[in-house]
Amino acid sequence: MIATLPSLALSSLTLTASAATEAVSQAAGHATTQVATAAAGAPVDPVSHWIIAPVLLPAVLAPLMVLLMRFDLLLQRVFSLAGAVALAGLAAWLMADASTGHIVDYRLGNWPAPFGIILVLDRLSALMLTLTAGLSVPVLLYAIGSNWDTRGRHFHALFQFQLMGINGAFLTGDAFNLFVFFEVLLIASYGLMIHGGGAERMKAGVQYVVFNLAGSTLFLFALGTIYSVTGTLNMADLAEKVAHLPAGDAGLIRVGAMLLILVFAVKGALVPLQFWLPNTYSHAPGPVAALFAVMTKIGAYAILRVYTLIFPPTTPATGTMFADILLPAALVTLAIGMIGIMGAKQMARMVSFAAIGSMGTLFIAIAQFTPAGNAAALYYTVHSTLAAAALFLITDLTIARRGEFGGALRAAPKITQSGLIAALFFVAAIATAGMPPLSGFLGKLLVMQATWNAPLRWWIWGAILVTSLISIVGFARAGSSLYWKANAIAPGGRLSVPEERPLLPFVATGMLLAGLVALTVFAGPVTHWMQGTATQLLDRTAYITAVLGHR
Amino acid sequence: MELLVASAVGLMSAAGIYLVLRLRTFPVILGLAMLSYAVNLFLFATGRIVVGEPAILSLHLNHYTDPLPQALVLTAIVISFGMTALVVMLSLGAYLETGNDRIDMVDEVEKPQIDPEHMPAPSAPERHPAGQEPQR
Repeated sequence: MIATLPSLALSSLTLTASAATEAVSQAAGHATTQVATAAAGAPVDPVSHWIIAPVLLPAVLAPLMVLLMRFDLLLQRVFSLAGAVALAGLAAWLMADASTGHIVDYRLGNWPAPFGIILVLDRLSALMLTLTAGLSVPVLLYAIGSNWDTRGRHFHALFQFQLMGINGAFLTGDAFNLFVFFEVLLIASYGLMIHGGGAERMKAGVQYVVFNLAGSTLFLFALGTIYSVTGTLNMADLAEKVAHLPAGDAGLIRVGAMLLILVFAVKGALVPLQFWLPNTYSHAPGPVAALFAVMTKIGAYAILRVYTLIFPPTTPATGTMFADILLPAALVTLAIGMIGIMGAKQMARMVSFAAIGSMGTLFIAIAQFTPAGNAAALYYTVHSTLAAAALFLITDLTIARRGEFGGALRAAPKITQSGLIAALFFVAAIATAGMPPLSGFLGKLLVMQATWNAPLRWWIWGAILVTSLISIVGFARAGSSLYWKANAIAPGGRLSVPEERPLLPFVATGMLLAGLVALTVFAGPVTHWMQGTATQLLDRTAYITAVLGHR
Repeated sequence: MELLVASAVGLMSAAGIYLVLRLRTFPVILGLAMLSYAVNLFLFATGRIVVGEPAILSLHLNHYTDPLPQALVLTAIVISFGMTALVVMLSLGAYLETGNDRIDMVDEVEKPQIDPEHMPAPSAPERHPAGQEPQR
């Protein structure tokens, strides 16, 4: 897949065919001077070359696993885990560097800015990279400890490809490159989703793939429309061009931007495009569903990036139309997700609806397009990713011990390690529902604080508070029928499921919950950091100058 | 020329959308292929339609066609080709596993509850609860 990237370096042309020769020669001349200054020893940030490492590391590891280690599971596990840990260290280092506030770019092939492919590292990208890497380590530990990686082939290679796609999507500064990385992460996710096989999972996999292929087609239509108006797909260049668009092109760019938000809404499971999520997540293997917790956040990230940089509410051509559409959709998403928690009859399905509901809360914060709203959205992103992943792992722990009862939300004889798993579920459910004292409560508080001045304030507050209550009832009902009613129907009885007590799955789940606790304890510094990120996000000129150079 | 390209994109999209909404996997895959043809043609047109000109920049040329959409189309073709191959294999796998090629799933509510005392008849296809693997 990486082989297709250099072909994009052909984007040495952002001019439409109508341009005259003079313009071309000027552009070419401009390009050569830029290359010359870069080659003549302009100070290159030492971080610059490391930006591509989060993409390259998994991209190199994955083929090695397929080619050299395909018959040696132990070697695959060691390298996969080492890769994930190295990625986490790398991401943390890049985040420490990005915290200083400067935006670093990496030009592939040293093509000057609007022409070549570009990777950009700012605080938002660094945060999402760290979140992904931080999530991937416990998920991998769980997959190894629960032997999920033995139930099919190439789990670890697919996992690395998935990380490559996600990291690339967070780093790229080019809209078409975003599409390419979306495809990389999707094609890996198709493989992971049907890992282990089985009739139900295959069927759910077909639905997932078809839905996302339609989404990819829509993405291309959106990019084509935007390119036809602006003649560029570099995000910083787009931001400049869209801001100064002639009035006659406003209609076309609105169509393009609207198509684009639909694509990101598919990824972010925003109503009415959320239908793929419950079936996919509830049929995916437990650790894969936990990793997918970050996939919906890619949609949120893309909306945050594109609609603060390219189409901010101050754009004359588009105005506030995206905020106006996002907010009602987010409110309905929140309601549907939380009501789904009450209505679900299967545990994995219930957790999937919880994931949809958390996306609703997240999009409410994003739809404000204010620094406070963005900061709240970022805090809630980290919280909801960790909480949803923990819930999916706990679901898998429970289902694996319930034998033929599976994930059905009804009483069954007591399971092995019932007390421990019930306690973990209790903590994760409190965090997801948004009850004090965990980070879910703080996250929702931040979102509510950020929406205090919004025109639809009472709708937002009402929706968040009422749906929180609904989700508390839903989780309480599920938890009591899964873990508490066992003694009522079979006193002292136990399920005759093989008594396995592997430690690693609990370590993995504990790591995610510890992350939630840390997010709560260090809420002050974390929100301060998120506010800095939100401020940087709204400072469009800093991003544009960092990418395009001083004009 | 514009009319021809525009109506071709429109017709293929319409056919693609109609086919994607079918209930069997085969028409759905054909529909996705149709949609990807439509989008490839559409991407070509985004660089404006120019006939018989080179896609290369040169100082001696006054007219040329925009090469960027062609690079985009190339990438899009490669990706959609791979994706189509994948979805064909996946649907074949689902067909062989479940014995039918319907795209929709049995609803959660209609699905027979799995009860240890009333296990499904042995002749019925083997069912596993969501996320549950057969015990090794």
